[in-house]
This record gives sequence, C-alpha cells and structure tokens, in this order.
Amino acid sequence: MVNSVAGFRQSVEAAIPALRRYARALVRNADVADDLVQDTLVRALRSEHLFHGGDLRSWLYTILTNLNRNRLRTLARRPTLVPIEDHDAAAAGTESGQRDIARALDSLVEEQRAALLLVVLEGLSYRDVAEIQGVPIGTVMSRLARARAQIRAHLDGQRPALRRIK
Amino acid sequence: MIEKDAAVTEDELHALVDGELPADRQEAVAAWLAAHPDDAERVAHWRAQAEAIRARYGAVGSEPVPDRLKIERVMRQRAPGWRWSAAAAAAVVAAFVAGGTVGWLARGAAAAPGNGFEMLAQDALTAHKLYIAEMRHPIEVKAGETHLVPWLSRRVGAELKPPDLSALGLRLLGGRLLPGPSGPAALFMYEGASGERFTVYASRTASPESALRFKVEDRAAAFYWVLNQVGYVVSGPADRNRLRTVVNSVYEQTEQAKG
Repeated sequence: MVNSVAGFRQSVEAAIPALRRYARALVRNADVADDLVQDTLVRALRSEHLFHGGDLRSWLYTILTNLNRNRLRTLARRPTLVPIEDHDAAAAGTESGQRDIARALDSLVEEQRAALLLVVLEGLSYRDVAEIQGVPIGTVMSRLARARAQIRAHLDGQRPALRRIK
Repeated sequence: MIEKDAAVTEDELHALVDGELPADRQEAVAAWLAAHPDDAERVAHWRAQAEAIRARYGAVGSEPVPDRLKIERVMRQRAPGWRWSAAAAAAVVAAFVAGGTVGWLARGAAAAPGNGFEMLAQDALTAHKLYIAEMRHPIEVKAGETHLVPWLSRRVGAELKPPDLSALGLRLLGGRLLPGPSGPAALFMYEGASGERFTVYASRTASPESALRFKVEDRAAAFYWVLNQVGYVVSGPADRNRLRTVVNSVYEQTEQAKG
C-alpha cells in the first residue's frame, strides 16, 4: 500500500526495472522501449492524485500498455516506412532460440503479446491482466491461447492457427 | 477414471502452466495429461515458450537504470507531449535499422507533406553528395569563424544551431549557404575520424510538421522532417547503425531547441 508522497515515488522507482523489461519485450527496440517507460513515469508522477491506492505496479503497466497502444495508432496514421526485405528472415535458420522467440513474439498482435508477457514475464495474475487490459478474464485467456498457438506455429514454421477451438 | 466428473478444458491447461490452477483440480489435470500425450506435449511446449521469453528478456530487469529514467530526472521533466513525435521517429529509425539498407519505401501519401518538402529533401541529398566529395572546399565558412552561425541563421531566416555531434566522433567542419526550393538553405558538414562525412541541412518551409521520413540514393541516405516551419535533412553514408545514431542526436537537439 502506498500512503505517502515519498512512498509513492519510492514505489514508482522500484518498478522501473520491471517496466523496462516489459517494455523491451513488448516493442523490442531498446530506445523505443525506454521512451515508453519514460513517458509512463512522467505520466504516473503527474497523475499521482489519480492513484487511489491499490496495486501501483498494475497501474504502471496499465499506463505503459495504453501509451504503447496510442503510439501504434499514431504510427499507423503517419507515413510509414515499410521493409521490402527483412534481413532477419534470411538469418532465421542460423539463429538460436532466443532470437527466434523474439521474432515469434513480434508475429503476435499487440494485445496478445501484452497479455502473454504480463503473465509469463511479469508474473501477473489473470485477474491483474484483465484489469490492465480492461477486458474480462475470459478474453485474457483466449488472448493467451492464441498467442501460444501462434508462437508455436511460428517456431514450427507453420501457418498460424486461425482459430481457437473450444 | 478421474476425468469423468469434469473434463479438463484448454483454459485449465493454461492455468496449470501459469500457476493459476486451483488446488482441487491439480490431480484431475495431472491424470488427464498422463492419459493425453498430445495435451502433455502442448503444455510442455508452452512451458518452454515461457522459459525462452524469460531467458531472452529477464535480464533487462537487472540492468542498471539509464540516467534518463532515474526518478529525479523524470520528475524535472516537462509535459510529455513533445516526446511522442520523437518516439514515433525513433520507431521509424528502428524500423530502418531492422531492415535492409536499400529495401525501404515511403508510403502513406495521404498523410505525406507536400511536394515542396520532398523537393527540399532531394536538394539536400544532392548537395550532400556533391559537397562531401570535395576534398579542398567542402564548405564555405569554417566552423571556427564566429560569424558562421549568425550569418546562416540570418540568411535562412530561422535561428539555427548546428547540433553538437562530438560525442559521436563527428567534428563540425563548417557550413555553406545554398539555394533551396523555398528559400535559402544552410548546409552544415561534419567529419568523422575515418573521413566519413555527414551533413545537416536546414531551410524554412511552409510544409506542415511531419514525422521522420527516409530516402536512399546511391550510397547516401537521408532522414528528413519538418519542425517549427524548418525542414531538416540529415544525410550520410548508408550505414544504418551510424546514420541512426546521428539522426537520433540531431533530432533530439532540434526538439530541445524548439521548447
């Protein structure tokens, strides 16, 4: 629980390494990831009055996740540069599993990637993730399922599974 | 058999992997997996995925926090609005780094700045290629001359400040005045230890502000953008990592000058 200004800042500070880890896995590029963390921190510190107790870490993940969504939207509206050839693809066969998992994560849509990372990398509960993403737990579950099937398909070099069969 | 009271669902398999399976279902799920090798294999694969993700990114959480993310620094920072364009630009630069040096294409004509801006970028890249090849007279006025910056600022009609790229091993040689598509333009030239040259071009333009765009021609490449009615073009060798670092630095310095 956070019950003082100093405590609030200390708690935010303590969360920075984890936020960086999540952001790095979410967007891969280290500079962009740190930009996201920085904006998350600025926003959190300015919105301190909006924080009504509860889990500060979840709140920070929520801000970061939303900022990333805005960022992707902004990027989609702007003129974009699109790769014709992907050098990474040529090297895929020779790279180790670590590189492959990064690429497999890249192949996910953003909300599935976020759900999976929040659970397996950040160790958050399904309930926390549902709150962070603003969806019911069932939706978190189906995002996880799709993410895992897609990663598997990617690693197996198969076409992505189109639908989750209940 | 245990499974007769409730068949195990896929959600429960995920819950097992993620440590969210209620205690009273552990036994049933374990029995199910023993009887269903396909599901057991899926669960093993998901666990391996999670391990791979933690192996790949877990260490980031133990890295020292960079200065710009130190809480004291962040608390002194102004409103975050300005950063978005920088973040977007950084993402674009990152995309450039991830891809090939030649295989890039600018798209999204609807949101693209007007033609004048494209002409300006083209002029800058042409000037870059022309003047970097000059051994003896790459520039008109040397960096040491005190009138260099006031002179170019006056002619261009904008307060210019050649970015400091010394941290990147690039020394400002000097600058020159050029005719641009919409008025006079300033070209600052930088040189690195191995003789590689970069130029920063600036000229007033009526084009709206824009995100970073990219152009490559022969072995030279340029990033360009518009900020505060000034078009900037940073050109250099098409070495993606190097140009990216330079562009990041110039971009940040012009952004800061803005506020």
